[in-house]
Amino acid sequence: METMNDKINEMLQRSAQNASQNEKSFIRPEDEEREVIAPDGSTIKINPIYDYFSGKKPQEEKPLNGVVEKFLNWARAESIWVLGFGTGCGSIEIPPLMTPRFDAYRFGVQMRATPRQSNAFIISGYLSVKTLKRVIRSYEQMPSPKYVLALGSCTINGGMYYDSYSTINRLDKYIPVDVYIAGCMPRPEALLSGFMKLKELIKEGKAEKANEYARNFDEYKANQKKIIKDWNMPDYNW
Amino acid sequence: MKAIVQEITEKYSLQNVVFQRDNIAFVDVEKKFAIDLVTFLKDYHQFSHFVMMSCVDWIEDGQFQLLYLIHNPTLKVDIGIKTYLNRTEPTMQSAHHLWKQIWTYQREIKEAFGIDFPGSPNVDENFVLEGWTEIPHMRRDFDTAAYSEKTYFPREGRFTHDPATYMREKLYPNQPVTAKKNTNEQ
Repeated sequence: METMNDKINEMLQRSAQNASQNEKSFIRPEDEEREVIAPDGSTIKINPIYDYFSGKKPQEEKPLNGVVEKFLNWARAESIWVLGFGTGCGSIEIPPLMTPRFDAYRFGVQMRATPRQSNAFIISGYLSVKTLKRVIRSYEQMPSPKYVLALGSCTINGGMYYDSYSTINRLDKYIPVDVYIAGCMPRPEALLSGFMKLKELIKEGKAEKANEYARNFDEYKANQKKIIKDWNMPDYNW
Repeated sequence: MKAIVQEITEKYSLQNVVFQRDNIAFVDVEKKFAIDLVTFLKDYHQFSHFVMMSCVDWIEDGQFQLLYLIHNPTLKVDIGIKTYLNRTEPTMQSAHHLWKQIWTYQREIKEAFGIDFPGSPNVDENFVLEGWTEIPHMRRDFDTAAYSEKTYFPREGRFTHDPATYMREKLYPNQPVTAKKNTNEQ
């Protein structure tokens, strides 16, 4: 029992120290940099935030020689693997795409469950600051070349939530957007039209927003950090 | 129902008793007796179901109003207990020991209005917002439009086109504009 009490006291002391040292720290206790005892008995230093993610800045990827890049772009345009981020009202328009009526598969579009497997990111409708944080994490985990489709008028200028305290106004200030699909709400046909537009852009070699993100990384990060006050993740989440 | 309201009116010297319907009554009670009254109704009169708890900001009176709505499943009647807090020191006795769902209500009210409930579990944790540094956002002196303009990138004003002119410019840019015939002159 004594050891238990000691442990509890130690924990309480530690949390009180942390609270007094920096009250503004939003990093969770399990993510803090600390020393732990490894299974082989040795003491090691761990930093959970940076141990699993690379904090390195993204690199710009130059296009290859003319014909090769053209062929690659054709191939990319015909296989769009979509990650749907359905937090806004627009996400209800995404499921019908995969039904026989609209059938997005005929255009080489298919849905995936994780950012690591997808190259197109549909962001539906309004984004609160809390969900923007998750959007950034997901976007940065997607392999390049990657494309963003912003669905609905809220992503363009805030839409009907333009004066809300919790939702952002313009998505392209935080991550680069390839295709806007305007409307409130856009129908599945509009989404299909957006996919066709995206395919055109890819084939013309104009869908280079992932490179733009790498190029203007500091600017985008500054915008993101301006509104995400509790930044408790690595600067780049790859 | 009438008997119960009569009893609590005498016991807690309540003012402003309103029967909204036969089965719903609202009573105003002093802040220090509010939780006692809820407990009394729960323990003695089988108001065992906690319906909801809400908060209203009466900024003109300098008060917050808290409402506890409770239900008696046997008699199928509801009583709403309203109490008023000073806006400058918004602290209320916690009722987390009565029903567990009050934990969440109190956490939400703490975040949205800044009313403290000392002793309520997890009351200081984030409820919806993360890393909020301004005054609580549901207080009426918080200007959401100004905050949005300051924090996010505001939209560049609305503008509208006259449909006829806009379509003519887009579809027939080279065609000269002809004046519309005034039929009254002829």
